[in-house]
Amino acid sequence: MTALLTVENVEKRFGGGRSLFGGAKRAVHAVQGVDIAVNKGETLGIVGESGCGKSTLARMLVGLDRPSARSIRIEGIDPSDFERGNTRVLAKKIQYVFQDPVSSLNPRKTIRTILETPMIHLLGLDKPAREARLEELMQAVKLSPEFLDRYPHEFSGGQAQRIGIARALAAGPELIILDEPVSALDVSVQAQVLNLLADLQQRFDLTYVFISHDLSVVESVSDRVAVMYFGRIVEHAEARELFRQPRHPYTKLLFDAAPVPGKRSVRGEAEPAELPDPYAPPPGCAFAPRCPNVRDRCRSERPTLAADQPSPTHAAACFFPVEA
Amino acid sequence: MTAASDTVVAKPAKSARPSSFRLLTNNRLAALGLIVLGIVVALALLTPILPLDNPDVTDPADRLLPPGTAGHLLGTDHLGRDILSRLLWGTRVSLAVGLSATLIAAFFGSLIGLVAGYFGGRTDALLMRSIDMLMAFPYILLALGIVAVLGPGLLNALYAIAVVNIPFFARNIRGVTRGLAHREFVDAARLSGKGHAGVLFTEVLPNVLPVIVITMSSTVGWMILETAGLSFLGLGVQPPQADLGSMLGEGRKLLFNAPFVSVIPGLMIFALVMSINLIGDGVRDVLDPRLRSGALARPSARTRVDRREVPAMPDRETDDALDVIDLKTEFTVGSSVYRAVGGVSLDLKDKECLGLVGESGSGKSVTAMSVLGLVATPPGAIVGGRVVVDGADLLEVSDETLRGLRGGKISMIFQDPLSTLHPLFTVGDQIAEAIRSHHPVGHAEAWKRSVALLELVRIPNARERASSYPHELSGGMRQRVCIAMALANDSDVLIADEPTTALDVTVQAQVLRLLDDLRREKGAAVLFITHDFGVVSEICDRVAVMYAGRIVELGTTDDVLSRPAHPYTRKLIDCVPILGDPDRRLDAIEGLPPTVNRLPPGCAFADRCPRVRDDCRAGEIALADIGDRQVRCLYPLVETEE
Repeated sequence: MTALLTVENVEKRFGGGRSLFGGAKRAVHAVQGVDIAVNKGETLGIVGESGCGKSTLARMLVGLDRPSARSIRIEGIDPSDFERGNTRVLAKKIQYVFQDPVSSLNPRKTIRTILETPMIHLLGLDKPAREARLEELMQAVKLSPEFLDRYPHEFSGGQAQRIGIARALAAGPELIILDEPVSALDVSVQAQVLNLLADLQQRFDLTYVFISHDLSVVESVSDRVAVMYFGRIVEHAEARELFRQPRHPYTKLLFDAAPVPGKRSVRGEAEPAELPDPYAPPPGCAFAPRCPNVRDRCRSERPTLAADQPSPTHAAACFFPVEA
Repeated sequence: MTAASDTVVAKPAKSARPSSFRLLTNNRLAALGLIVLGIVVALALLTPILPLDNPDVTDPADRLLPPGTAGHLLGTDHLGRDILSRLLWGTRVSLAVGLSATLIAAFFGSLIGLVAGYFGGRTDALLMRSIDMLMAFPYILLALGIVAVLGPGLLNALYAIAVVNIPFFARNIRGVTRGLAHREFVDAARLSGKGHAGVLFTEVLPNVLPVIVITMSSTVGWMILETAGLSFLGLGVQPPQADLGSMLGEGRKLLFNAPFVSVIPGLMIFALVMSINLIGDGVRDVLDPRLRSGALARPSARTRVDRREVPAMPDRETDDALDVIDLKTEFTVGSSVYRAVGGVSLDLKDKECLGLVGESGSGKSVTAMSVLGLVATPPGAIVGGRVVVDGADLLEVSDETLRGLRGGKISMIFQDPLSTLHPLFTVGDQIAEAIRSHHPVGHAEAWKRSVALLELVRIPNARERASSYPHELSGGMRQRVCIAMALANDSDVLIADEPTTALDVTVQAQVLRLLDDLRREKGAAVLFITHDFGVVSEICDRVAVMYAGRIVELGTTDDVLSRPAHPYTRKLIDCVPILGDPDRRLDAIEGLPPTVNRLPPGCAFADRCPRVRDDCRAGEIALADIGDRQVRCLYPLVETEE
């Protein structure tokens, strides 16, 4: 399998620099030292809670945010395009599906205008070609062509998300970043959209990066999963393996905290626990203050994501991983 | 998945709202303004073809003739010129200058605002600080300065007024653009290959346009006044040409012996500016999305109760903490009636946790809000049923009693703690306020109790945290504060509306555990609204499933989740991925729920149901008892156990 997209040691800092009077401004590392590779045709799931940097990472992958170091590569594209946020080049290869389907569609444009925009600006298609492509897209996302001349507010969340997906498909990308594509949807509609995404992946040979906070959704769609905490990847493995045997205590906590219908199974923390202060990150492991099996070493030294685990594809950034 | 069922069922509905123009003319003042302005504009446009004297020809013999003189309807001024003619010609000039100045100011101001708001950062700082400098001058001084530099004259006065008003547009538009620039559709347009200019002018501008129109409509009148002001000072129109301001200036010296010379143009200015401002207000009311949605309409203190049918009070004493009997709540928007809650009956037993599950639009929140009369009126109204607590019907009690119950015997916890908590008060103060509005205690005592409550919800360093403002706390902490507030008066009933939906999963686990512990400790009954069956199994004893405004199934959590009887419940459980079972095929429910303003006769789920038969669509289906649960289905999935 070949890697379609590789990300090495990518970093995103917000703030920083100097103020008008020369004082250093405080900086927040939203994403730090993230390495991932996405293989052709697979779905990489990225799981994490709010503030873990997963959306920032996703936005860097399409050029909406610029990485602080030149470190994202995709075949056929100059890495500097990521650095310059050159979406016009990137958008032909990588597209994005937004979390909130309604606010990702301009309320004053018809669906036709919205879907034609990438065809005009990215592909330069003429009118008959656009018509054909529109028909193909609407059929692909299972919407009736009569919807083309309507405005976004006339659609329900699920329908709007299909249009969002159609917009992403319009330019014929290879990779689609799905940023919480179903979290704003009702559960019954969520399943429709997940099934649709699976169909489209098969049909157009797409590669997905699927970002979500919902473990069960990520488990059901992903081939491989990366777990993020406080701007870093803390665990990374084949989906099956990760869900069968989480190694990082944070992953374990996530699993234990997720409610399962029909079971009274949630084992959360007794005491309230939060993310560390992003302006003053701890020197050691960011999870140490919440970790049930924390030791002294964890507080002073930061563990790296190492694959010295039983399986070569299963890596966890932890000195004392959870035993099976 | 079949394409046909998807595409046929789901047709977006056309809006039933009245058109913008209709709304504008419905506003009587705006309509009056429209009529007055229409007449003035028509006169101004017709001036050249009306049989009028030349406005600039002097006739000293006929000076200062009073209004009503033959040949001079409105009299003549100190040089014997016909005032009617000068008035109409002057109005033309004032209108033209006012409008063109508005257009110029709107163009440049909006451009600056758009660019500053869209690009932000240094561009924003540079542009807006220049605008600030422009605003630092008193406007009339600035206008005078500009005219002094360029020399007096109509065109220069126009420039001066336009420049003076640019900041007004720039600041308004910049604010709106700033909000739009980070919306997802702007990102989406960039990913569709549009450059910055394309995004700014084809994506952002159309959304800013209403604001520009609103700002213009409210400035035109002002600009006409300013033009008049400059002309009054002799810096605008030069003699002998007339405009309303210069007529006023010339008449000033004759105010006592010939008042009509200045009063007539004064009245015209008044009529013109007044009518424009009335229209401006009307336009704003129509176009402003916040006003349009009715957010600024003052809702009444409790939901209007207008019951068409009143069920009998339960005859015997029950040990239920809360009884909802056949509750019906409707919303009237335009000409359509949304039956959000179409006859819901619930009995919340003492100390139990009852889950109310449904998708958005199923009416679960409206049911909860109706209990305490919190549904906004207009557009909402309770049209049937009873809500019984302690033998009293909450829909009948006085406002005073209801206020005592809210936050007293019955408390609510909402989904988004950031919008529930007041941003300008410390959390300790807010809890203390909740205590003091129900108990006659002093502030110190209330504060002490609120610290104790914060400890109860396990907030670390409760004493210090009590003096924090909501924004200083994390989402989980804020929700704990809301729980503390709901517990402040030892309520018997807690209504929790999706209290963990906005929280992260690990925080949700903490909060669920806390809620479960506390309700047992305090002996409170909980009505727990959620869309998540996982959360239901975690905390609820019984669960009611809602669909299209009615309960379709009600039973113990175990029964309903392991052996659902209603096809909707079955499908709803099957379409959610379950952790640890990735190979389970997601069985999506095709189509969409019916909108509650067009409910079909019979079962609302019929169109999406795999087991539907003809009689499902025939008529009303009752909630029938099957064992110890209730199901609204003719062909339930479990056998009747009798």
